Amino acid sequence: MSSVPVDPVTLAVLKGRLEQIADEMDATLYRSAFNPIIAEARDACHGLYHATTGDTLVQGTKGLPVFVGAMAFAVKAVIDKVARDGGLEPGDTFIFNDPYDGGTHLNDFRLVRPIFRDGALFCWLASVGHWLDIGGNVPGGYNPKATESFQEGVRIPPVKLVEAGRMRGDVVDILAANSRVPMSNWGDLNGQLNALDLGERRLRELLDAYGDGVIASAFEAFSERAEALMRAAIRALPDGTYAFEDVLDNDGIVDEPLTIALDLTVDGDTMSLDFSRSSGACQGPINISYATTVAACYVALKHLFTEVPANAGCLRPIRFTVTDGSILGARAPKPVAGYTETILRLIGVVFGALAQADPTRATAAPFGTINALSLAGHRADGSRWVMFSFFGGGLGGNPESDGLNHANNPISTATIPPAEILEASYPVMFTQWALRPDSAGPGAHRGGLGATYEIEVLSPGGAEVSLLGERGKVAPFGVAGGGPAALNRFAWQTAEGWETAPMVSKITNVRLQAGQRVRLDTPGGGGFGNPLARSRGDIERDLRLGYVSGEAARTLYGWAGVTTGAAA
Amino acid sequence: MSPAPGAIVGVDVGGTFTDLFFYDEAQGRFRTAKVPSNRGDEAVGFLEGLKAFGAVADLSSIVHGTTVGTNALLERKGARVGLITTRGFRDVLEMRRRDRRHTWGLWGDFVPIIDRDLRLEVDERVLADGTVRQAVDEGQVREACRTLLGLGAKALAIVFVNSYANPENEMRALAAAAAAWPNGDVACSAQILPEIREFERTSTTALNAYLQPVVGSYLEKLDGALQTEGFTGRFHIVQSNGGVMSTQTARRLPVRTALSGPAAGVIAAAAIASAAGFPDVITGDLGGTSFDVSLVVGGGTSLAAQTTIDFGMVVRTPMIEITTIGAGGGSIAHVDAGGLLGVGPESAGSRPGPVAYGGGNTRPTLTDANIVLGRINAERPIGGKLARLDVEAATRAIEEHVAGPLGLDVMSAAEAIVRVANAKMAGAIRLVSIERGHDPARFAAVPFGGGGALHVGALIKEVGLKAALVPRYPGVTSALGCVIADVRHDGVQTVNLALDGLDAAALDARMIAEADAARAVVEAARLSVERIDVVFELDMHYVGQTHTVSVPLPVTAEGGTTGVDEAVIRAAFEQAYQASFSRLLPGLGIRIVNLRTAVIGRRPHFDLAALAPGPDASLERARLPSRRVWFDGAWHEAAVYARLDLPVGAVIRGPAVLEQPDATTVVDPDLTARVDALGNVIVERA
Repeated sequence: MSSVPVDPVTLAVLKGRLEQIADEMDATLYRSAFNPIIAEARDACHGLYHATTGDTLVQGTKGLPVFVGAMAFAVKAVIDKVARDGGLEPGDTFIFNDPYDGGTHLNDFRLVRPIFRDGALFCWLASVGHWLDIGGNVPGGYNPKATESFQEGVRIPPVKLVEAGRMRGDVVDILAANSRVPMSNWGDLNGQLNALDLGERRLRELLDAYGDGVIASAFEAFSERAEALMRAAIRALPDGTYAFEDVLDNDGIVDEPLTIALDLTVDGDTMSLDFSRSSGACQGPINISYATTVAACYVALKHLFTEVPANAGCLRPIRFTVTDGSILGARAPKPVAGYTETILRLIGVVFGALAQADPTRATAAPFGTINALSLAGHRADGSRWVMFSFFGGGLGGNPESDGLNHANNPISTATIPPAEILEASYPVMFTQWALRPDSAGPGAHRGGLGATYEIEVLSPGGAEVSLLGERGKVAPFGVAGGGPAALNRFAWQTAEGWETAPMVSKITNVRLQAGQRVRLDTPGGGGFGNPLARSRGDIERDLRLGYVSGEAARTLYGWAGVTTGAAA
Repeated sequence: MSPAPGAIVGVDVGGTFTDLFFYDEAQGRFRTAKVPSNRGDEAVGFLEGLKAFGAVADLSSIVHGTTVGTNALLERKGARVGLITTRGFRDVLEMRRRDRRHTWGLWGDFVPIIDRDLRLEVDERVLADGTVRQAVDEGQVREACRTLLGLGAKALAIVFVNSYANPENEMRALAAAAAAWPNGDVACSAQILPEIREFERTSTTALNAYLQPVVGSYLEKLDGALQTEGFTGRFHIVQSNGGVMSTQTARRLPVRTALSGPAAGVIAAAAIASAAGFPDVITGDLGGTSFDVSLVVGGGTSLAAQTTIDFGMVVRTPMIEITTIGAGGGSIAHVDAGGLLGVGPESAGSRPGPVAYGGGNTRPTLTDANIVLGRINAERPIGGKLARLDVEAATRAIEEHVAGPLGLDVMSAAEAIVRVANAKMAGAIRLVSIERGHDPARFAAVPFGGGGALHVGALIKEVGLKAALVPRYPGVTSALGCVIADVRHDGVQTVNLALDGLDAAALDARMIAEADAARAVVEAARLSVERIDVVFELDMHYVGQTHTVSVPLPVTAEGGTTGVDEAVIRAAFEQAYQASFSRLLPGLGIRIVNLRTAVIGRRPHFDLAALAPGPDASLERARLPSRRVWFDGAWHEAAVYARLDLPVGAVIRGPAVLEQPDATTVVDPDLTARVDALGNVIVERA
């Protein structure tokens, strides 16, 4: 199909129309999904992708940020499969979760559908959503002890779920047989199909209204525009190389820190991100694939350069250097379930390097761990229950404000399930759901506060607990003179009292009896600017509200007053 | 004209003007009035407006759409509130749902409406199944009240975890607190919103307390002023759900006034359109900074269960679903570094306003583009405050900020601004229609407020709407809505019942109890109604889902029963689920999460023929000198008419402009306008 020139006004109109399609696909899945990680936590994403390259053409404005960058690789995996095996037909929909071929981890199921026009492939629609359980040693998939992907769950390469409009029951049966909660997955799968059906309908209406050539030209124009904006943003940074590194506590198997190191070079309107000095692949599940590394850098840059639109064009001025087979360029079957922890560290490292290049755009480190916590057991009637959730912490101080208290990580816009929904769904009782005083990094603008969650098991048979988290040994850093936040802490009750894990935030198979509790204290964000420069009024407000203790105010902020309030 | 008994006045107090609509039910006559609003002392403008119709004492009833609650929320000017909650949960309000302000960008913090030191915990616990695990310690509640009063709290909210499942502890705490609190501004969450999800319930209860003293004293002041004038009739408030409530209920549930003003406008637009033979419409209110749209299907408004007023400020109570986008007359046009034209969301508002208003703004707005294109009459500005608009300044601003960067001539640039704004408005309309499965070809647009009628042509063509209907008095639509709105009370209760093996008798008893309670509130409003309808809806889902679909039940409360059973509910659920998601999931369990009850007192029919043009209206009388208006890349000589002088049945082919004191209707060259029997202007394809 030939491309046609599109005037700037029509472009502005089409931008809104196309984003609306992706947004609507997101909304459809959120509302019809079964598991709270999609329905409440919005761990999903939809978009339109280039017919031959798989490049991102249009993304929803609400999709999970990390998927925005990773989806292009997922579509490319299907494109490669079709090139290899052939057989692509209108009405097909592919499904897969292979993390080495499209990024992230096994729980993220991708559905990829070709859109044909006049017998030729026009573009792809894709949907990704986090399914609750896909087998493996640990319910929920976050197995901190995994040393091979086989212990994390079942791995599905791109296969046809729908063939020329006909659902393949055999594929559905394979998926069902490999999960602890097949009905939940079945519900989510239908939700994703709903989203694709709707997106396809809307896209066809738009193509009919404007003509395929106009839409194809608009896609290219959007990419060019994103590229131009990204180049303008890079050009505004001073040329030079900025080095920054941070570490992960351990991989859950060997208690040694793992380095994520970045040499970021700005050269005119191009940028190079060189991760060569990072650690090699590790035994535990915190490796990530090259696709995931690129996706995470994209998230970091998009948070700093918010004016650049979300499509493939913005990555054109950027070069990535990642050592093949390293922790950031892992290959099968290295375990990857805990990929979130590694990309959070990686995003922080990009923030840290760019804070040197341009402090006016700086953000101190966010809390930096998702704390994937699962509690599982059996109800009185013998049915199995798995409560699985991620938890919040503080964002980093920044030139504009203190960090946000109890927020989500930069890779996600997920809302946390309400305690009441969790208590109504599982035999647990929260005994604390609170901000955590003294958890924020000090600064002229301090970090946001982390949180404390304490959960008591109610089911008579007790529960089995696993956690995959980070920031237990090295705290979220401050920038521009700001200080680090508090460390992540995890503890559980035994007959002898509270216990903690040797790997701090990574543990499996902790047995709890009914009436015993687990407690998670999450980090705040790092501070921005010298804490001694924080206004006395703000310090006293922090004391009055109990965000900061009197002792911390004296030692960290040089406050000389006397505590009288209810400060913790 | 002296008001006879039976006269009712609708009063809509907006930011700039207070609009009033007077209707004499006995004689079927109406009048309108517009007076400046007096911000901070709305009672002054309110009374001044009422006096325009004669003695206030002669009025039988006054219905008020207010923005006092809205403004207090948006400007954070509510009362100092204290919160008492379950031990371990004082931070729920501040922790929100762990969201952040923007998807991209991590800056900005959040200050909750209740500071942390005013949120206190007491020992108590109820489990999710309603079991009281630990009874509340009333001594601790009294102690907390003393502490909060010492800290200057004026209102108190009590929210305990799982109180939706069993309010026993909350009600006991409420009793203890009420005895210790010096005023009546005390409420617990089970009274405000007995629905699962602690943050949403806490936020709604807290915002209710936040508004209680503000709305209470406002209504008290108005009541006092009305009494001074000898008014002995009934005084009511429009709720966000588009229904009317007594001032007594409004003082108890002020959070239900959050969208009072806009809701009244939608009610009136729906009624006007239905009477004109357009039961399916999309209303659009184009203001200075935003465009508010709302969907009306079969004459009925759509309700949303929840609205976010601002980041972290959630109100969960049924409200007329109004979708707002950042495109208004004051929206600023700009070209970004990537060369793309945008309009809004940044806005010059009404102050400093568009460039042509001469208030000091130099960046071009949508209104400036409309002026440059000749669509707005620069010689006779709306509102009557300015003598003339500065077309030259508007032209220069468009030249500099849009035409230059885009390499366009200034007229093309002005047209581009209008096109981009039209596209945004069309997007909002699509969002509420097509995206919810409605075919736009069935719908008409009903613009109200000042600006919407300028853009109806584009909305018809871009979205594929059937027509546009411009009410005869677009500027007083909200005030008219106050007069015709039904009396209404909504209730919600989380029930958490499995559909399989449902105890239908128990649910039936619960529905009757909810209906009786809501009916009592409606009856206590003492407004004349023709009949009272009871409507039930269930929030339901498949077991495992967390979101629900709204399932309207085909039953009502009659003779002490609803006649509901498992089969009726299952059929209704499957119909609603299929409509939303196309795929049913047979074999999965189905759950009833919430019971929603609405009791609606239907007001006597309001004959809109009263608004129609009189016999002296004629085309000749309406004709004004024609002028040049820019359409589709060229100047056209457009006929201009004084809209209110157009007779019933008049047909006007575009290009044309219909002017009236508070609105301008533009008829594009390929469209035709006609005046219907009620005096509405219907714009359709030629």
